[in-house]
Amino acid sequence: MAETGTHYVCDAPFDPVADEAAGSGLSDAYLKASQGQLIWWRFKRHKVAYAALFVLLFSYFSIIVTEFLAPYNLHTRHTDYIFLPPQQVHLFHDGLFIGPFVYGIDGVLNLDTLEREYSEDTTRIYPIRVFCSGDPYKFWGLFDADNHLICPGEGGTLFLLGTDKLGRDMLSRLLYGGRISLTVGLIGVGLSFFLGLLLGGVAGYFGGWVDNIVQRAIEILQSLPHLPLWMALTAALPVLWSPLLVYFGLTIILALLGWTGLARAVRSKLLALREEDFCVAAQLMGAKPARIISWHLLPNFMSHLIASITLAIPSMILAETALSFLGLGLRPPITSWGVLLAEAQNIEAVALYPWIMLPMLPVVITVLAFNFLGDGLRDAVDPHS
Amino acid sequence: MIHYLVNRLVTMAVTLAVISVLVFTIIQLPPGDYLTTYIAELEAQGESVADDKIKFLREQYGLDKSLVEQYFVWATGLLHGDLGYSFEYEKPVAEVVGDRMFLSILLNAATIMFVYIVAFPIGVYTAVNQYSTGDYFLSFIGLLGLATPNFLLALILLYFANVWFGTSIGGLMDPEFIDQPWSFAKALSVLEHLWVPVFVIGTAGTAGMIRRLRANLLDELQKQYVVTGRAKGLSEGKLLRKYPLRMALNPFVADIGSLLPEVVSGSVIVSAVMSLPTTGPMLLSSLQSQDMFLAGSFLMFLALLTVVGMLISDILLGVLDPRIRLTGGKR
Repeated sequence: MAETGTHYVCDAPFDPVADEAAGSGLSDAYLKASQGQLIWWRFKRHKVAYAALFVLLFSYFSIIVTEFLAPYNLHTRHTDYIFLPPQQVHLFHDGLFIGPFVYGIDGVLNLDTLEREYSEDTTRIYPIRVFCSGDPYKFWGLFDADNHLICPGEGGTLFLLGTDKLGRDMLSRLLYGGRISLTVGLIGVGLSFFLGLLLGGVAGYFGGWVDNIVQRAIEILQSLPHLPLWMALTAALPVLWSPLLVYFGLTIILALLGWTGLARAVRSKLLALREEDFCVAAQLMGAKPARIISWHLLPNFMSHLIASITLAIPSMILAETALSFLGLGLRPPITSWGVLLAEAQNIEAVALYPWIMLPMLPVVITVLAFNFLGDGLRDAVDPHS
Repeated sequence: MIHYLVNRLVTMAVTLAVISVLVFTIIQLPPGDYLTTYIAELEAQGESVADDKIKFLREQYGLDKSLVEQYFVWATGLLHGDLGYSFEYEKPVAEVVGDRMFLSILLNAATIMFVYIVAFPIGVYTAVNQYSTGDYFLSFIGLLGLATPNFLLALILLYFANVWFGTSIGGLMDPEFIDQPWSFAKALSVLEHLWVPVFVIGTAGTAGMIRRLRANLLDELQKQYVVTGRAKGLSEGKLLRKYPLRMALNPFVADIGSLLPEVVSGSVIVSAVMSLPTTGPMLLSSLQSQDMFLAGSFLMFLALLTVVGMLISDILLGVLDPRIRLTGGKR
């Protein structure tokens, strides 16, 4: 016990902030980062959500250039190829590398079963062309063009996902359908976002009887089964409306019942925030309620709202798909994934031609991607995570 | 408790009144009234319409009166159990419906039970074994269940049943029992067919329920009293059963508020796809033919089903939790 009594003294000069800097373990960049950057960094750690973001960016980019991506036009009919199964893409012919190509298809009508039977004719080879000219189209209805990313070989066909009952290419129809299905959700959520902010904001800011009415309305709307109501409302859309009007009518109907969750979130946040000093200060300076709500209060939790609307989009997409599937939503010639799936309602047809169920895949993928993205965003905007 | 009950009943009555106004507005939305649609349809088929029939129907439903009066005629009719007249079937709605409403209630109740019975053990398992392989696996299945719309799931099941077994799994009973009076054999047949639609409708709800129960239970498991209990030497099973599970159970039961509308919605579309003899397909066809009286009755029935279901669950919650019954149900 020789050491007893000795007292260790460090010679190094005392630095009062060194401990703090070392203890926090946070880099300079982190400490100086803006709120947006912090959210972005946290979001990137969420690998699945990050991947989902790219899936969605890719999908939304694709609907901008649908005409170019689709090998055929939406309504191009190939009457010789009705209910043709997906064509196989081959790379080798007789051991020889040719590059991606498809064989020619021979179709015969079996007079006994009245079914069309297709067989590959391996003597005819149609190499797939890229950046080529095919069906002419009007890009966004603005200018004429006929450029496509992929086209069938000269004189051949290219139905990668088969054809439907009128001999239209499923892949092209699926791509065009995305244009409607993916935007219905966005516009619907935009509208319900507006309604939710307005009603939730008014209820939360003023409280009292206004709050009471909005609260009861939310409770009643939330306790109703939405799908039957949506069905009734879409069935009430006039039959004579143009497809575009029906499309907007549908988005409005989806928004009419979809705002409640958001309004509830906005209300509860505003109830707490309106007691804050900065809000009282704004009131004392004579700002009007509309200005206080939109300039001083809402920006406080905008990122949360964005995360929650991301989670609201897939339910809108599903609602449109369900309604169109039942034949109550959009109707041909407008083509959405739900309209395409309506063909699959007939189970006998599905059993014979299973590829008409394919529009299911983009629906499920999009909905999953939005769910992942929303989850990731929600975690990212939460500063406590 | 009585105060709470009265409170809830009054709320329910008001809710139903508001809903009936909503439904009536929806019925009135299509241009023209039921009769003009009906007459136009008959004339399109080249038939003439008897004048006294039109007059009878007009008087019966007071279609010559103002909208407000019409609403009261319709609403009081509903209160007396008079569901209106279906033009599509040319019969009073009550006769058209038959046992569809009963089968709807059966289907929805069975689905709710399915959701609770399946979600409870899985939710507890995934929370207790967080980040285990089983947790990841079940969570992934749950996510798929959430993302796959139930009518697509129904289609897939119908397709595989057709391809693998060559049978149709649609319907809710064997064909020989359709339109037959109820018997033991019929009830048995219904039970045999019930599980497919119950599974299809319940999947999404179950997935959501598992997620929420898992999150609630995880929150509870992190609390101090769990550590205390463990330090005292309680066995893991007893520790779980005695405290955190009971705390997490409350929101689990209260969740019926979001579960029930979802299940009723799902049952409508799945019934249409699988052609079940419930109210769903008939609601769809009545909407397509704009037989609005029939559609209105069904809408009202579905809303009633949800509201009454919630009332029952709220009463149960009140029994379970004194905090709820003492504050008059303000959650």
